[in-house]
Amino acid sequence: MQQLINSLTDGFLLGFVYGLAAMGLSLIWGVMSVINLAHGPVITVGMLTTYLLFVHLGLNPYLGMVVVAGVGLALGLLIYAIAVHRVISAPHLSSLLATFAVNMIMLGVFNAVFGGDQNNINYSLGSLSIGFLNLTYSRLLAALGAMLFTAFLYLFLFFTRTGKAIRAVANNREAAELMGIPSYRMLALSFGLGSLLAAVAGSLISTIFPFTIFSGGPYELKSFVICVLGGLGNPLGALIGGLALGLMEGVIPIWMPTSWVPVVEFGLFVFVLVVKPSGLLGAK
Amino acid sequence: MRALKQPGLWLYVGGLLFWGLVILFLQDPTLRETSFTLLMYVGLASSLNILLGYTGYVSFGHIVFFGLGGYVGFYLLSHLGWSLYPAALFGGIFCSVLASLLGLAVLRLRGAYFALATIGVNEAARAFVSNFSPFGGATGMSLDYSGYSLYGGSMKALWLAFILVWLIAIAVVIMSYLVKQSRFGLGLMAIREDEDAAMVMGVKAPQAKTWAYALSAFFPGLIGTIYFFKNGNVEPGDAFRLHLSIEMLVMIMLGGQGTVLGPILGSLGYERLRGYLLVSPLFKNLHLAISGVALLLIILFVPAGAVGWLRRRFPRLRGVLE
Amino acid sequence: MILEVRDVTKRFGGLQALSDVTFDLGAGEILGLIGPNGAGKTTLFNVINGVFRPEKGQVIFRDEDVTGLPAYEVARRGLARAYQVVRPLNDLTVRENVMVGACYGREQYSLAKAARVADDVLAQVGLADKAGLLAGSLNVAQKKRLELARALGSQPYLLLLDEVLAGLNPSEIALMMETIRRIRDSGITILMIEHVMQAMMNISDRILVLDYGELIAQGPPQEVVNNPQVIEAYLGDPKLTQRLLGE
Repeated sequence: MQQLINSLTDGFLLGFVYGLAAMGLSLIWGVMSVINLAHGPVITVGMLTTYLLFVHLGLNPYLGMVVVAGVGLALGLLIYAIAVHRVISAPHLSSLLATFAVNMIMLGVFNAVFGGDQNNINYSLGSLSIGFLNLTYSRLLAALGAMLFTAFLYLFLFFTRTGKAIRAVANNREAAELMGIPSYRMLALSFGLGSLLAAVAGSLISTIFPFTIFSGGPYELKSFVICVLGGLGNPLGALIGGLALGLMEGVIPIWMPTSWVPVVEFGLFVFVLVVKPSGLLGAK
Repeated sequence: MRALKQPGLWLYVGGLLFWGLVILFLQDPTLRETSFTLLMYVGLASSLNILLGYTGYVSFGHIVFFGLGGYVGFYLLSHLGWSLYPAALFGGIFCSVLASLLGLAVLRLRGAYFALATIGVNEAARAFVSNFSPFGGATGMSLDYSGYSLYGGSMKALWLAFILVWLIAIAVVIMSYLVKQSRFGLGLMAIREDEDAAMVMGVKAPQAKTWAYALSAFFPGLIGTIYFFKNGNVEPGDAFRLHLSIEMLVMIMLGGQGTVLGPILGSLGYERLRGYLLVSPLFKNLHLAISGVALLLIILFVPAGAVGWLRRRFPRLRGVLE
Repeated sequence: MILEVRDVTKRFGGLQALSDVTFDLGAGEILGLIGPNGAGKTTLFNVINGVFRPEKGQVIFRDEDVTGLPAYEVARRGLARAYQVVRPLNDLTVRENVMVGACYGREQYSLAKAARVADDVLAQVGLADKAGLLAGSLNVAQKKRLELARALGSQPYLLLLDEVLAGLNPSEIALMMETIRRIRDSGITILMIEHVMQAMMNISDRILVLDYGELIAQGPPQEVVNNPQVIEAYLGDPKLTQRLLGE
């Protein structure tokens, strides 16, 4: 029982970070109907940036997240400009393949520059004990960081002018243009934001687990699962989906070997896609 | 039959036949191995083209049939002592049946949702097989050398595998051609262009899509069994590589989707590029990046692929560039 | 009766799109369907050819109840449709477009026979010289003809035409009207939605008027046009209309 609660809490905390990553994907999908297959490598960028700043500049990983956010935003704008802009109105396959091409390019560059070794950020902060609950500070801070960025996203989208413009473009691009909103700039910014969230999520993950340049992939897949569960284009759904996934990952190993977790995740993924593609919470 | 009058068919089949005969004549193992890989991709890409290029359904996880068919066939070979031919055939049929059943659920999805679902199916299959002990779980299964004695020893087995894949590639190309020139193919292409309009015109879209899916799954199942037979072992990481699945897609896009020649050219071109990059010391580490750049350029600037571009540029060659 | 529509009712959430629509269509008739925008005309078409299933009511085509059958089943029974917003199969040739109709329509032709039928039909609508071009390369008027040709290719008993005249200039309209007359003379019954009133008056045997999902009038053109309810709903201010009609 104690083990179950510990497992659940661990999973729940991690779920916030999953949710953050998924929100990045969900935002891009919601605003421009593009499924960003470069999501994984962007997460990896977050991991790598934090690692490099920590190892080479001794920068506290949590402070480094501000840099990571900037890098993520810049990277997103770049990817949009190079790969996505031209195919934004083309059939979905084109943007899928374009972002996948970016995925390949980024992985290729990582492979050439960093190699496939494991990297670890040794910034352990110890753990906190509440009764029988044993929580590592890294997970707590990661969850906190995720919550912070989620709040930031919400405030931005609903309380700033630019944020509202983005929501307008997501709702109806033509109408937004007719009202004077520079839609392409908003699209680029949205892509940048989505990448920002992904990169920060990666950064948070790197404080908990060691990683390789290929680590982004599984988290990308998890993001898909979460987005489908919570509804593609629905950031709140992404957060809830993330928590749900985290909890699931905490619970399942109690009853079956951990290796079955992906089977359940992907089985659920396909099931929800087929039965209710707009997600358990509905889209947008 | 109308198809037999098309010069393109004879050209491609003739080319493939000639190639295989040359390899057989030269008896060079290195050439054989390279050709095996190339022909395998021709077969895989052309199969996927039935679903992607003709019907317009983008499957990102098509490799699942290669993996599952390979696993099933390999199991029959190694654990039940079946001969290669029925094992491979069973692997193929298993995949077709699976595709039909799977299709009932996933073919109701459109566009990107379908693509995502196929990724999910592939990942679920991989995770499942990793846990499935009759299939060896995470370590997979292997064939010990005595298994090859049925075929005259491991040397002969390698040649046999090559011949089979060669013949299968030719069969897939012929099948692609026949489908494209058939009433069935016309219906598929109508679905690709506008599924709702096609249904209003009388095309039974659900059934047609299922047939296309089943057909596109058959050959990868066959090929998978032969590939893992040749390899001597099979494991989940090898069998369900998502990247390979997407590379199949790239090959079709590069060559030109919806044509018969497209997947052939695309797979040959892509594999050669990859092979060259892997060997060159300068580009070895960047091969994935360069492939990505190539794909991006194609998507952005020449979405119809090489064959599509050629057909537009030289309309008179349309009869040959099918 | 080639088509009997009985009490057809269709709802979309809170919106009542069609209410108890009932009418008959005799073989060889040209029946015009008019009404203000949003009256439910296209929805009615969608119910008749199987795209929507009505909440209530029946569609009986050639003595067979086809209510709720999928669109491809209805098409096979000889009911074809040309869309208002044209939907050509862009990457196929004009001929291939029509062949799809021929292969999958009433007669289920083989490819070879379908090609011949397609060429015949294209000649009928005046697109014979464009047969080998890609459908996506045609202009709007030609695409409308293609839409019509595709529907004809399936050798239908009944043809549903949804605003085939929209966007055409007067001479194109006259040509299209001629084509429609010829189609009817060849034995095909026609049900058409149109806004071009003069054309409708000239060509229709009877007219149905739909308003807010209800059938408010049916009968010969002259009768319907003078119906005060119709005038108010569709043509606008009754007094003004009387004055204009008087001129």
